[in-house]
Amino acid sequence: MSTPSLAALADAATRASRRIGQIVLEEEARETSETPEILVARMADMLDVMRESVAEGLSGTARSTSGLVGGDAQRVEACRRAGCGIDPAGVFAGAVARALAVSEVNAAMGRIVAAPTAGAAGVLPGVLLALEAEGHVPTDRIVEALFTAAGVGKVIAARASLSGAEGGCQAETGSAAAMAAAAAVEALGGSPQAAAQAVAFTLQNMMGLVCDPIGGLVEVPCLGRNAAAAGQALVAAELALAGAVHPIPVDEIIDAMGQVGKALPVSLRETGWGGIAVTPTARSIAERLGLWTEPPKPEPVDP
Amino acid sequence: MRAFDVVGPVMVGPSSSHTAGACRIGLLARAVLGTSPVRAHVGLHGSFAATGRGHGTDRAIVAGILGMAPSDPRLREAFAWAEAAGVVVTFETVDLGPHVHPNTARVTLTGADGRVSGVVASSVGGGRTETVEVDGFPVRFDLSRPTLLVFHRDQPGAVADVARILADARANIAAMQVGRQVRGGEALMVIETDGRVPPWARTAIEGLPEVTAVRPVEVP
Repeated sequence: MSTPSLAALADAATRASRRIGQIVLEEEARETSETPEILVARMADMLDVMRESVAEGLSGTARSTSGLVGGDAQRVEACRRAGCGIDPAGVFAGAVARALAVSEVNAAMGRIVAAPTAGAAGVLPGVLLALEAEGHVPTDRIVEALFTAAGVGKVIAARASLSGAEGGCQAETGSAAAMAAAAAVEALGGSPQAAAQAVAFTLQNMMGLVCDPIGGLVEVPCLGRNAAAAGQALVAAELALAGAVHPIPVDEIIDAMGQVGKALPVSLRETGWGGIAVTPTARSIAERLGLWTEPPKPEPVDP
Repeated sequence: MRAFDVVGPVMVGPSSSHTAGACRIGLLARAVLGTSPVRAHVGLHGSFAATGRGHGTDRAIVAGILGMAPSDPRLREAFAWAEAAGVVVTFETVDLGPHVHPNTARVTLTGADGRVSGVVASSVGGGRTETVEVDGFPVRFDLSRPTLLVFHRDQPGAVADVARILADARANIAAMQVGRQVRGGEALMVIETDGRVPPWARTAIEGLPEVTAVRPVEVP
């Protein structure tokens, strides 16, 4: 079986004069023997759960079990409604508020859609629901764009990784952002090639992002990184929709992200043994919560 | 990987591996016991032990033991639900050795009839799990397909007897493991099928003289 290729997927869509999302839906129908209608309805259900997660987060009631996070989504949303902040009525601020909202619900052990993981669950709904609301993209295009996202995620999973433990935050929120960027491009009428370019730009721009969770919790910096990843997706989509073309083929960039993930030390891959997780204050927070584990001593390095 | 493995599943947060996967391990243990448990002892190994509390791993495993799916919002209050159901739960940190996945739990359940069964299973990422031991038998199966555990006496024809019933039921065997503790002693077949094995076939298998128990395992 050959390794999945995003370039090949985009080419197949272009040759068939369809969008990547449509190709992914058709492939899924063939491989699961379910009708496209049933699959679309199931994806629409996923979107509904995403909407519920956003609503719960924006209500401000989601507080993480540690008490470390909760309430920022509501703050951002209140700021938007009051006309403060950057571009309050636009997609950008809408995406930030929604990405934070879902992440807060996740941290509070509420219900979310893992897309592709729970730790990055804010990114895709952040971007797509903001496009629907503030960008006025019709719902059926948003649902189809979720299939675009799924197709991109499958390729990244096969060639690199979707998990912070394996590849750092660049693999987790980075993959979610790449999925969201491609989905956004197709939802806005961009070509399959442009969607693939959006993946290339996203991963390039998030290359090397580490996973350094305080206390090992999916709270800080995870919530902020979900919001940031939503922003990265919008930047990459903007570049791609404008016709920017990356000099490196997207599959090579996906592979590079995988390689960088493997090169990241274990201390920066979801262990809480590096980065902000080992700042003096993070240590005392983790100790207070009974979650501190002492990082192992580093191996001596040859001079 | 399917599209809904990437956009999905619906789950209670915060972590696919430490919450959803842990809940599925609890559901697995419950399915292997085959009845509602009255006692549960959970040994957490590695990272599950170290970061489990912050991720609600302990709550998630208890939720699974009680029969809750990973998307059940009651998962957050699993301890209270266990108390209400009269299920006594105890935890300990265990060291299952260096070759075991860092997110692994040993779950031992006791039924109302005194029957005890145990599983060792790992949460390998994205909510996926891998079972490595069932009642002392080393095994290897994930929960991606309907799985039938057939406990039986090791004797010639046992596998053929079971396979014949599955063939009659048109249940396609996707993967199968067979193992025994000692020759002629207790043995276990782990049979993964493409579709669910119909109840009449499970009953027929249970009726075979050499079969001691049949446990269907289907975890959402």
